[in-house]
Amino acid sequence: MGPINPMTLFFAAIFTNNILLTNFLGLCPFLSMSRYKKSALGMGAAVVFVMASTTALNNLVYYKVLVPLGLEHFRFIVFIVVIAAFVQLVEMTVERFFSPLYYVLGIFLPLITVNCAIFGASLFMVIRKYDFVQSLAYGAGSGIGWMLAIIVISAIREKLEKTAKLPRGLEGPAITLIITGLLSLAFLAFSGMIRVQ
Amino acid sequence: MLQSILSVLVISVIGAVLAMLLELADRFIADYGECNILINEEKELKVQGGSPLLFSLQDEGIFIPSACGGKGTCAYCKVKVLEGGGPVLPTETPYLSAEELEENIRLSCQVKVRNDLAIEIPEELFSIKEFRVEVKSIADLNPYIKGIILDILTPDEGIIYKPGQYIQLEIPKYKLYSEPEFRAFSMASTPDKKKEIELYVGLVEKGIVSTYIHEYLRERDELVMRGPFGDFCYRKSERDILMIATGTGLAPIMSILRHMRSEKIQRKSMLFFGTWTEEDLLCVEELKNLERELPGFSFVPTLSRVPADSPWKGERGRVTSLIEQKIPEGAGLDVYICGNPDMVDSCLKILKTKGIPENQIYFDKFS
Repeated sequence: MGPINPMTLFFAAIFTNNILLTNFLGLCPFLSMSRYKKSALGMGAAVVFVMASTTALNNLVYYKVLVPLGLEHFRFIVFIVVIAAFVQLVEMTVERFFSPLYYVLGIFLPLITVNCAIFGASLFMVIRKYDFVQSLAYGAGSGIGWMLAIIVISAIREKLEKTAKLPRGLEGPAITLIITGLLSLAFLAFSGMIRVQ
Repeated sequence: MLQSILSVLVISVIGAVLAMLLELADRFIADYGECNILINEEKELKVQGGSPLLFSLQDEGIFIPSACGGKGTCAYCKVKVLEGGGPVLPTETPYLSAEELEENIRLSCQVKVRNDLAIEIPEELFSIKEFRVEVKSIADLNPYIKGIILDILTPDEGIIYKPGQYIQLEIPKYKLYSEPEFRAFSMASTPDKKKEIELYVGLVEKGIVSTYIHEYLRERDELVMRGPFGDFCYRKSERDILMIATGTGLAPIMSILRHMRSEKIQRKSMLFFGTWTEEDLLCVEELKNLERELPGFSFVPTLSRVPADSPWKGERGRVTSLIEQKIPEGAGLDVYICGNPDMVDSCLKILKTKGIPENQIYFDKFS
């Protein structure tokens, strides 16, 4: 099988290989921020942006710095540091120069600095040997997939809060996990349609 | 060998480059210049932008109450931000009610100073200051409560407070704890002495501050404190007064009683003071003298853990049973309660059944 078309990879990352619903990564902010559609949207947008840019950035760091120096085994540390520094830089810039955007998305940035989905995307990029363009497509796709999932769940949760009478033990994260499981089953139907590696 | 040296080197270089980038960004991008904060439409402050409002005000000597140190969890640091605060952040919304949102109330630890601000804070916060104090004396009031008297060194004019309010006393780092730490203590002294305050400190098992004060603090030591805080204080009215205290909760009550003595306030008043045993009682002599000096004041100590055969002639049982016995239904009283939270809660419950209106009950929970 030849290299995957970046466009295919982009859609695969959204639907067939949704990072949240098939890999169950990034569950922590997913559970805490999915109560309201508005905050889910902001969080989702922040994840899309950070995931796309850090996956591409880490691709450069990995193939231009770590591989030539034979330091691939350090990728965990380096990736985390790069992600953290990048997010911090972006946050400062957005806060200073684009303050309306900051209130929509910027405040979520620090929350996802050490998010496992972001880090996971960078690691998948290495394992699956994506090149730069593929990494960008994969990162963006994964981010959009994550956003899609959190928006769907937050909409369901908002609806549930208004209409359903839940037993106390099931409120909050419990019911969210159950819904996520069901949604994930639905997404399983897509699996196998596209191979991502 | 070469490999490992190279690895360390490369990782350090990557780290250093990123750190430098962030440092530069912090210097140039996060530089908001000088911002003006207009307070209550009269006072104007010039501060360096970029830090949370709470800390910017603190640097200028205006101390908004805060227990969590700016982490956005205690919600004590609410202020009214009229202009320039930006939209309410998701980190604040859990702590703000609909009315508060309507009135532009914000958590000052979450509002960053990025541009000129106009805010409104209660006048009395201006009187909250930082004081340098010297320990004048430490005395054992009972086996586990010490009374400490502090002389205020700076500022010169001393402290202005209402009887019943508290200060936050900061202790330096010491053997058992590696950072300075502060706790709230109520004044037992009266506000007419502006340069000297008295606090009661109970020993708490494994308590960082109380252990320091009980075992490490010496006379002539210097400390820092901030205050005054709190809305538990003496209120003027014509009604009779009931005071209820346990343990160190006696401190603000003492302040109120001493205030009544020095101001010659003639209201009829009664104090229920509960402890376990007779040796746990404190200030007994002064309270007995107060019965003579304050016409209409009676002191009712009650012990909850005395053996049946002890010579104790006073009341036995908890303060709550004293309320049951001695307070008639619908009594027109102002009630001041101070002590551990469980005791306060059970007193509130009983007072409710006695039909005493909530707005005549003032309490301070010592937890």
